Amino acid sequence: MVSLAESIGKRVLLTVRGMGRMMIFLYATVATLPFPPYRVRGIVKQVHFIGMKSVFVIVLTAAFTGMVLGLQGYYTLRKFGSEGLLGSAVALSLIRELGPVLSALMVTGRAGSALTAEIGIMRIGEQIDSLESMGIDPVKFLISPRLLGAVVSVPLLTAIFDVVGILGGYVVGVKLLGVNAGVFFGQMEASVEWNDVANGLIKSLAFGVIIAWVCTFKGYFTGRGAEGVSQSTTSAVVLSSVLILVGDYFLTSVLL
Amino acid sequence: MSDQSPICEPCGLETLPAPDGEPIIRLVNVEKTLDGKMVLDGVNLDIPRRRITAIIGLSGAGKSVMLKHMIGLIRPERGQVLVDGVDISRLSRGELYKVRRRFGMLFQGGALFDSLTVYENVAFPLREKTELGEGEIRERVLSRLAQVGLEGAQGKFPDELSGGMVRRVAFARAMVTDPEIILFDEPTTGLDPIIRNSILNLICHTYHQHGFTMVMISHDIPEIFLWSHYVVVLHDGKVVEAAPAAEVVHSVNPFVQQLIRGDITGPVHLM
Repeated sequence: MVSLAESIGKRVLLTVRGMGRMMIFLYATVATLPFPPYRVRGIVKQVHFIGMKSVFVIVLTAAFTGMVLGLQGYYTLRKFGSEGLLGSAVALSLIRELGPVLSALMVTGRAGSALTAEIGIMRIGEQIDSLESMGIDPVKFLISPRLLGAVVSVPLLTAIFDVVGILGGYVVGVKLLGVNAGVFFGQMEASVEWNDVANGLIKSLAFGVIIAWVCTFKGYFTGRGAEGVSQSTTSAVVLSSVLILVGDYFLTSVLL
Repeated sequence: MSDQSPICEPCGLETLPAPDGEPIIRLVNVEKTLDGKMVLDGVNLDIPRRRITAIIGLSGAGKSVMLKHMIGLIRPERGQVLVDGVDISRLSRGELYKVRRRFGMLFQGGALFDSLTVYENVAFPLREKTELGEGEIRERVLSRLAQVGLEGAQGKFPDELSGGMVRRVAFARAMVTDPEIILFDEPTTGLDPIIRNSILNLICHTYHQHGFTMVMISHDIPEIFLWSHYVVVLHDGKVVEAAPAAEVVHSVNPFVQQLIRGDITGPVHLM
């Protein structure tokens, strides 16, 4: 009984300590942002890596998500004789919810895992120690540009996701299932408000922070050897994805 | 390596004058525990100025941990790490970064940045930590690369280099800022005997040209006695011998003798 309580207590303490380290890491990263050097080239490089190189997978995912929404929405709305609302249903689902969440999940899988592996390999290869030994703050040099890169990229990718998804819904709804194009876009224009777009934008900004924060943290404090990096990469993807979905719920409940 | 001989025996250059004044680095009662194991157990050690000091010992004896304490990469739980009298274990991050500018460090695997070329790797500390113009940086980088015999390799990436070349690039990077102190974490481990000796010869030559203080972890026993002025023997987190190389060779400590001869019998039983 005592050993059970001891083991539970140990786990709780380890979890709390881990969360504390993550918060300190985020604080240390954000605290470096206002001070020079600003490493604009590093930030642009990260926007290219996290953003530009994710465009293809985002477009592909968005197109099929929009098409599925078109199909499912059409068959559901037809039961109530409301096929004309398909444009609104597709656009609101994408802009408020699916666009930010699915974009963030795709970026986590494509770029977040790579961030963890890259930083992790730098850690086990003593490159981070090497930066420290030169008197260069590795958090400022490695983590801050990645955080800013993700904060810039994820909202832009989300915007692309939304537009392509709506086009996917349009192709299925209008071109395949015969919904009137004017009604499709007219209803969309009438129902989508700036507030919906702002909600999606706020979510995507928050998800950008979560991806960069979790993935770089896991790489920065990776375990020993190749196995340590592989475990860190897996746990970074899992934790980022879970935090995105949990964060989505709380943000939605606050923003609604 | 002897202070008395006018010419350095292994590299043939003129011996530098004997050091004067206080030791440049001093460890006072340093204790450090990692993963529940006492890695450094009350270490007291002086590193003399402008001399080559070698640290030897069994694997896991705490050599790398001790070296990392000297540059503040690891902070001790107890004790002091003094660099010219300043306890670097109590400094703030910003103050520590200033002290580190006096150091260059060569890590075990080289720790070169994979995404940068040889030239960019060597230029990196100059671009990041100095106000030098690109022309001056180029001049200095090419001169350091020439010094380590890698004139034509500046456009290559680390994964295109052999183990010996990686160490030489890392050495060029460690000394490109003209630091006062250079730390070497096993600069020759895993290299064949010819390349190993060429690296040791390069270190010795560079020392005689620039007069850096050098601290080097090595497993090259007994060769290292030839290439260093002082030898520190570390065992189970404690300094068991720290003296001029010629004295350590003749130490009466049975562990030191076992280490030098590589005997499988003696105070340490591994099997």
